[in-house]
Order: sequence, then structure tokens, then C-alpha cells
Amino acid sequence: MAGCACKNLDKQPLPYEKLDEIIVRYKGDPSAIIPILQDIQESLGYIPKESISYSAEKLGVSPAKIYGIVTFYAQFRMTPKGKHSIMVCEGTACHVNGAKGLGNAITDELGIRGGETTGDKLFTLEYVACVGCCSLAPVIVVDGEVHANMTPEKVRKVLKQYRGNGKDEEN
Amino acid sequence: MQAKTVIKVGLSTCGIAAGGYKTYEALQQELEKDGLDVSLQRTGCIGMCYIEPIVEVITAEGKSFYYGGVTPEKAPRIINEHIIGGVPVADMLLEDEKANVFAKQVRVALRNCGVIDPESLDDYRAMDGYKAIEKALKEMTPEQVIQEVLDSGLRGRGGAGFPTGLKWQFTRQYKSDQKYIVCNADEGDPGAFMDRSIIEGDPHAVIEGMMLAGYAIGASEGHVYVRAEYPLAIVRLEKAIVAAREAGLLGQNILGTNFSFNIKIKKGAGAFVCGEETALIASLEGERGMPRLKPPFPAEAGLWKKPTCINNVETLANIPWIIYNGAASYARYGTEKSKGTKVFALAGKINRGGLIEVPIGIPLRDVIYEVGGGIPGGKAFKGVQMGGPSGGCIPASLLDTTVDYESIVRTGAIMGSGGMIVLDETSCMVDIARFFMNFTQNESCGKCIHCRLGTKRMLEILVRITEGKAKMEELELLEELAFNVREGALCGLGNTAPNPVLTTLKYFRDEYVAHIRDRKCPAKVCRELLTYTIDPETCIGCMRCAKRCAVGAISGEKKQVHVIDQEKCIKCGNCLDACRVNAVLVD
Repeated sequence: MAGCACKNLDKQPLPYEKLDEIIVRYKGDPSAIIPILQDIQESLGYIPKESISYSAEKLGVSPAKIYGIVTFYAQFRMTPKGKHSIMVCEGTACHVNGAKGLGNAITDELGIRGGETTGDKLFTLEYVACVGCCSLAPVIVVDGEVHANMTPEKVRKVLKQYRGNGKDEEN
Repeated sequence: MQAKTVIKVGLSTCGIAAGGYKTYEALQQELEKDGLDVSLQRTGCIGMCYIEPIVEVITAEGKSFYYGGVTPEKAPRIINEHIIGGVPVADMLLEDEKANVFAKQVRVALRNCGVIDPESLDDYRAMDGYKAIEKALKEMTPEQVIQEVLDSGLRGRGGAGFPTGLKWQFTRQYKSDQKYIVCNADEGDPGAFMDRSIIEGDPHAVIEGMMLAGYAIGASEGHVYVRAEYPLAIVRLEKAIVAAREAGLLGQNILGTNFSFNIKIKKGAGAFVCGEETALIASLEGERGMPRLKPPFPAEAGLWKKPTCINNVETLANIPWIIYNGAASYARYGTEKSKGTKVFALAGKINRGGLIEVPIGIPLRDVIYEVGGGIPGGKAFKGVQMGGPSGGCIPASLLDTTVDYESIVRTGAIMGSGGMIVLDETSCMVDIARFFMNFTQNESCGKCIHCRLGTKRMLEILVRITEGKAKMEELELLEELAFNVREGALCGLGNTAPNPVLTTLKYFRDEYVAHIRDRKCPAKVCRELLTYTIDPETCIGCMRCAKRCAVGAISGEKKQVHVIDQEKCIKCGNCLDACRVNAVLVD
């Protein structure tokens, strides 16, 4: 069980100064929970479980309330992301132009489903409702860069590029 | 004033996705290399997203040339042949193309998109920007502003189509120490992107629209609730707010009057239901975005229980134009009950996908065939999905329907925010219904039973149908559930969630029947109902498919015809993608 990512992360101390800085930025205003969580996620890459109870205490609200918000909104994630984030657009235009095949190709290639991260922490796969590039459908977004007019074959090539940047650069 | 040549590169999300930045850099390098005195600028989206990156050259004499598909490799040709050589690059020119796309368009909300530099306040002002607020503050009472908007006939462009002037009037009549104007930029319809494009291409128009709304209803504070998925829109809006504040257009005592107004940006965190007004307010207050019963309407008790007016981005972008040019100029367009113009996002199976703005009342046929250029690959047009998860599918037989609020509602669809997804013979209507039901079911906030459970049960039936496991009587149950959810749900999300199902059942019932009775998907989309085989005549025995098959269902030696074991096949379609000679047959 040594390989379990979440257990290892639990051992890492929370960057309390960073959390304090974010909460102070919003003057400890409990109505600013959403922007506070957005800033925590931007800074740490995810919302660690412990940061919920810590922020709750600082803001004077119950941890349940914050947990409720974290789980309500699609943007928030409670597990860390891989090095590269892949978003498959599931908008209507992408759907009718074959987005499903793109997702399947990624799952086939990397062995992960939506919301999961590869064992080597290189890729995280996510499905998003619409990135607003409907005229270029179907699209995937890797690390913020939009790849337009994709096919399952092209997706495999894109993944190879990002893989190449990491390990086997000579290939 | 403009004495030198100007080159503009379309740098909205779509232009950037198509490689616009690289084109921009290539042009910049080339200009520097040749030491040319040309002004290279960025602009928003002109709407012809299908042919990005788009570059416009405006000569010193003021003549404009549009180029499409300008990849970084092709970009130097514009400099060498056109700027230096004086001869336009004919094979990249879009003149006829643009004339065709624009022939039926009237651009009000999109007036500056793709024309000005969105990050330049001067550019916006050069296009009569902030003159409407000046006119309103100095020459008009708030009541007159409201009357002007009422007279223009402008209706909410976010979906429901409620008259904007009336909404303002309601909010104005409530007395309060504080009122709010909220710009709804939480564009949730997965297939619409006009709000993103307007903010990216003309952020000051939205700011000015909010100021006018604020002046009209008596609010001094505005909030923009914008999707976090639109990072570029957020950046450009932030810059525009700073620029407006520095120029004294936002803040205290604007333009020397006693009107004060400030704008704050709130990033949404990804919840479709937040497009609903009361859910949006809950989210702004830092709660889970769940709707509540109305009344009281936000006009009476909205954000922090204060009178609040919520308008959509496109609605607000129209306002400055209406106030500056007068209600009559706007009401000139459109039909008796639906005035003005409407922006549509054309996507799906269409040749010229992009953003268009047409007078309301134009026939759907003109939008699809004349503006949109018809269906690619000579395929047959099947229908158009309008209004996203709350809308419906309009079949080919109703192609002569005019695009106005009333006519669209009569078909069972809604105008919605303006997403138009064109479907052809390769689109399965049951799959489309399942797709939207999956979306709304995911986005259901769970507060009311009809939506929480009703959409879940509907989705289960739709999944069974697409998997060939449903019985005929389940169609009736599906319909019954659809009516119940429509009548019983608490908010607009639930009330309209059954629309995609109801319209496809109404116009494409035969496809449902084919799935259930014949276990066939006529459009060959629903995986579980397909059979993959290899054509022995075409197969060259390259082994690509066998290598790609995840379950080892394909056998065959090198240069021998391959065979798919139907018992093992999981119908993933990998072989179809892998085959380079189209030997994999699907039935």
C-alpha cells in the first residue's frame, strides 16, 4: 500500500502561512468562501481535506458548509493533479463531432478515466462541459492549450508529445 | 488620422486555439526583419471561427483585406507579397467568403468584435464608446433611459426573453439604500459561446451597458458573474475595468455628475444551475448555488436581500448602442414581438461554424444555408438543436420556421442563449436526448425531487434505449416522467430539462422505435447496437487494428484478411479509428 498517493500527501504539512495569506486577502469574510477556495486550489493545485477544517475555523463557519461548497461546484478537486492536465470538452458540438472517441482513446492510452491521475503522476484526465471553442470541435485542452479538430488518432499523437517532454526526449 | 498600414490578428479563444498567437509572432518577426512601419494589433473574434487564424490588413488609404487560415508558415507571405509587394495574396483572401457570411448579418451586440483592440479604451471610444452613458447622465433621467429600452423592444438574451426595460422598471420601483446590477456571464449552455466572445472582443461595451443599467435602476454597484472556464474573458474584463476606472469612467462622480458606479468580478466555480437567477445570487453570496422559490423576485429581494437586476452579457452589450442610436434604430429590426438582432453560435455539422448576429425573424433556412454555408460532406440535414439542455431539436421539415421567440417556442425548442447545433444524418437523436439528459442530471442541484429523481429515471430509460435494452412501454413512461418533471420542478433548469426528450420524441419517434424494437441505431452512433466487421475485399492485413484492439478480438496473420470475433468485441471502435483503408464496416 506504499504507493497510495493520498496517504503520502497526508504526511505533507499544510502550508498554513499560505492559507492565512489567502484568508486575510478576503478579510476573513465568510461570504468569500468560493474565491478563497479558488485561490487555495490555484496555489496548491487542489483543496486538501485539512485545509477545509482549517479555513472553517478561521472563517467561523462549520467544515460541513465548506465541504458542501467544495463538492457542489465542478471546479473544485480534493486530489492533486498530475503534471499535465487533459480536459476533454463534452460540449454539444464536440459531442456530435465525436468527443466520446477522444475520451476513449485517452483512457485506452493512459488507463485513466475522468477525474483520475496516472500512476506516474504525469496526466490527469477531466471532462468539462464546454470550453466555448465549438467551431473547432471536437477539442481537448492540455495544460491550457486548445487542440482543435481532434480525432482519436490525433489525440494519441498529442499525448506522445507531452510524454516526450517528460521522459524519453530522444524519441 | 490613420496614415499607416494596420494589420489586425484575431486573438480570441478560437483564434488562439487555431494558432493565432504564433501567426501574430510570425508577422511581428517579419515586420521587424524588414524594418516596416506597420501597426500590428490584436482584435477579437469576427465570428468566422471556422477559418481562423484571421488577419486583416488595412492599407494607409483605409482599404480593408481579410485573410483566412493564416498559419504561421503562411503569414510572411502577407508581409512580402501584400505589404511590400503591394499585391494582395489572392489564395488566402476572404473577400467573397466574408461577403457571403455577412450578407444577412446585422451586428449590434457584436459591433466591435473583431474590429477593435479589446484591450484598448481608446479604440472603444473611437467607436462612440462611453458616449451613451454620457448622453444618459447629461441629457436623460433614469426613467427616460428605461423608456428608451422599453421602446427598443429588447428582450433578455440569456434565454427567457423577458423584456429588459420591464425588468429595469420593476427594480427601479423598489426603494432601497443599496441596489445591485448583476451581469450574468455564466454561459452554461454547452454549445454557446457568444458571451465569451463579446467579453473577449468588446469588454467595455459590457461595462458601459452595466453602467447604464445601474443608472436606470439606481444601483451603484455591479457584479459580473463569469465562468472560471473563460480565463481570457476574465483577464480582458479585468483590464477594461482598470482602464475605465483610471479614465474616471468608473468610480465616484462619473463624468462630473453625481452618479457613482463600481464593478466587481466574481468567478463562477462550475455549476450550470447558477444561470438561474436565484441560484446565481446564492453563489455570489458564497453559498451552494441552489435556487429558491419565487416570489420574491430578485427585483425586490436579490443579492443580500437588496433589489437586484440580473442581465445577460449580450443584453447589456446591446444597451449602449440602443441609448446612443435611439430605440427606433434598434426596433427597426426584428418582428412585432421580437425586436432587434440576436447572436447565434453556429456549430456542429455546419460548414461555416462561428458567431453570427442576424435580425430576429430571419428564416432558419437562411441561417443554416446562407450564413452557415450548409452541411459539410454533402450529408443530409437532419435538424438543429436550439437552446441547449433547456431547448429542443427542430427537424428539417420545419426549416422555414422564422427565428423569433414565439415561432421557436411553438416548435418545442426555445431561443435560449443562442446556441445552434446543426445535426446531420450521422447524428442520432436518441443519443442527443441522452446527452442533454446526462448533462442536466449531472447539473441538477438536488433540491427538488422532480428534478433530482425525475431526470435520473429519465436518463436511465434513455441509456437503456441507446443500449437496446428498453421495452416499448418505457417510451410512455419516459413521456409521463417528462411531463411531470416539467410541471413539478422548482426552477427553470428542471422545468426545461425534458425539452430535448420531448422534441425528439415528437419529431423523431421512429428513431426511438428503431432502437427499441429493431435494436438498431439508424445513425450508427449508439455503440451497443453496432456490429463491427472487416471487409475481406478491402483489408490489406496491416495488423494495425489487431494491435489496437484492447480485448484481442481481432485475429489474422500479416498480409492476411483479419476477422473480428463478435463474442469478444466490446464495440469500442478502436479498429475503425486505426484502419487506414476503411476496411472496418459498421452496421
